Amino acid sequence: MKGLNEKLVRSLSEAKKEPNWVLDLRLRGLKAWNSQKMPAWAPDLSELNLSEIETYVRPKTEMVSDWSEVPEDIRRTFDSLGIPEAEKEKLAGVGAQYDSEIVYHNLKKAVEKTGVIYLPIEEALSDPKYSKLAKKYFLKLVPPEDHKFNALHAAVFSGGSFIYVPKNTEVEFPLQSYYRLNAPGAGQFEHTLIIVDEGASLHFIEGCSAPKYNVANLHAGCVEVYVNKNARMKFSTVESWSKNMYNLNTKRALVLEGGEIEWVTGNFGSKVSMLYPTTILKETGAKCEYTGVSLASKNQVLDTGAKVIHLASNTYSTINIKSIVKDGGVSMTRTLAYVAKNLSDVKSFTNCKSLILDDQSTSNAIPEVKVKTLGAEVAHEASVGKISEEALFYLMSRGISEEKARGMLVRGFTAEISKELPVEYAMEMNNLIKMEMEGTG
Amino acid sequence: MKKEILTVQNLEVSIKHLASPCGSSPAGGAEKRILSGVDFSISEGETVVLLGRNGAGKSTIVSSLMGDPRFNVSGKVKLEGADLLKLSTDQRVQKGLFMTFQNPVETPGISTTEIIRSSLEEKKGGFVPIDKVREKFTNTAQRLGENIWFFEREANVGFSGGEKKKNELIQALALKPRLLMLDELDSGLDLDSSDEISKILAEYQQETGCSYLIISHNLRVLRHLEISQSILLEKGHIFMSGDSGLVKRVEKQGIRAILNEVSDSRGCV
Repeated sequence: MKGLNEKLVRSLSEAKKEPNWVLDLRLRGLKAWNSQKMPAWAPDLSELNLSEIETYVRPKTEMVSDWSEVPEDIRRTFDSLGIPEAEKEKLAGVGAQYDSEIVYHNLKKAVEKTGVIYLPIEEALSDPKYSKLAKKYFLKLVPPEDHKFNALHAAVFSGGSFIYVPKNTEVEFPLQSYYRLNAPGAGQFEHTLIIVDEGASLHFIEGCSAPKYNVANLHAGCVEVYVNKNARMKFSTVESWSKNMYNLNTKRALVLEGGEIEWVTGNFGSKVSMLYPTTILKETGAKCEYTGVSLASKNQVLDTGAKVIHLASNTYSTINIKSIVKDGGVSMTRTLAYVAKNLSDVKSFTNCKSLILDDQSTSNAIPEVKVKTLGAEVAHEASVGKISEEALFYLMSRGISEEKARGMLVRGFTAEISKELPVEYAMEMNNLIKMEMEGTG
Repeated sequence: MKKEILTVQNLEVSIKHLASPCGSSPAGGAEKRILSGVDFSISEGETVVLLGRNGAGKSTIVSSLMGDPRFNVSGKVKLEGADLLKLSTDQRVQKGLFMTFQNPVETPGISTTEIIRSSLEEKKGGFVPIDKVREKFTNTAQRLGENIWFFEREANVGFSGGEKKKNELIQALALKPRLLMLDELDSGLDLDSSDEISKILAEYQQETGCSYLIISHNLRVLRHLEISQSILLEKGHIFMSGDSGLVKRVEKQGIRAILNEVSDSRGCV
């Protein structure tokens, strides 16, 4: 299915046998998409022609919970990404999406017994057993009208995961959803909805990738995370898109009293990325820690960052972002620290560091600080640097070639982020940097 | 007669144009000469000591031989027959040269183990398992009272002066150099560690026939070594050379007295 119109939206909803309230959200999205202008401040999106994008690509398989039932060519793709292997050893559950639909979803029995729900999003929205819960949260934190590309997302969303962790339940191993966009010229619009109930904790890992085609692809996913009272959530992601991808993604979390969210984000690949995970610290004691890294190379604009909205006293946030640019790549780092009126004991610290590897590349930091109270300690630091010639000489004086030494220093620059990631993701991230540094990316 | 490992002829070193804080000056900035007319050679298994006051040019000799990018270097330098000045720094190391830094550089996010592993992999041209890497320095680390896990830390970040120096020696010996240049390896070390390092160096030399070019101010690190040559530098020139006797004389009298004494006898001030 190409393009975007009401007929397409209705037939998509019908094919998915959705309840009417979901269709209504889709239509709200369509309306907002048609009425909203493209963001004026955004990077150049003129080559993105939505009428040419396949908004829905159905993989030739049904969703299963046994890898042996996944068609071989699709399974091979996930095998090469190491997903079935990781599931056996280190994960509590796995969802795998291929193009527009989830092809595999499984939660370990022991975890299921604790009351944890981990389902493809469509099932959660349609099954009466879950839909009451899902309806309460779905597209509420990021409503369809939130911005132009979320409007698009709401209209044609397909695939993604729904997670609910019941009160006081600690999910010992991470849950992981992997999104693979394989069809040329296609769009992927998965929706991830996570609710971590009071006193519970969860580590969710999201991976995204796509092979390279000569036509533009579009990814406009949406992540909504609810961290309830005293709950803890870690959201790790490594996005490694092909360089024809427009990655216009939305991630948002709402954190209640005493709750904590930790984001660890790696942004790689894509032609243009626009992604600014936002955390709303709504009640006292809520905390947010954001750590991100991005690498922009030739013909890439990575417009990324993070935002934190402090709406309550005694809330705390840190944003720590590292960006690398090379071969004419452009990096924009936008951050926002917002502190509402009449609050006390709010602390927010933002630190953006950029490493520029040559004279053709550009790195910009656009920090925004809006503080409407006197009871806040808000600090921002930004620095831009090149590879230290001294450190380069030091490594070469150990017998390491210049090219390899430069790569090591770049990876060293991002080390504090990769050590926050699960080991295979850290390795993937290091590999992505290595490939970029050696020009094979 | 032992084989010459390093031959230095007419070594001239100047520091590259210093960037002016107000941009480049019309004349292109000043180029400052640091060393001129330096000749010496080192044979296999020899220990050569470089002496001199602060600023005499000792560190410049070793770092220019290592290929420090701050310097313009000319002259003829042969390392086991190869034209050293034509090689990149890493190639010099792969040929058997190694320098321990007087001020080791911090490499944030990169551990010593990773540095050694990368170097070994460059040499081998392929993967080296981590156990094989640790094997190369476990013994030395233990003798220096350091746990091997210490070397998993980011190299030189937050290290004490002494730890940095031990870390330099660990890397040096793991990479098995033929000519090891030690630039004040012993400064910042406690006396016991200096003694132990001296022993380790003597044993390594005995095992491998490696040569040393050593810069040191307190000379304790030389205790267990047999000094074959000593070179006294002053203002970028070789002022005089000798054997272990010169080292002893420096230890006893200090450098200034020797410089004055010799200058007087040469009839110049």
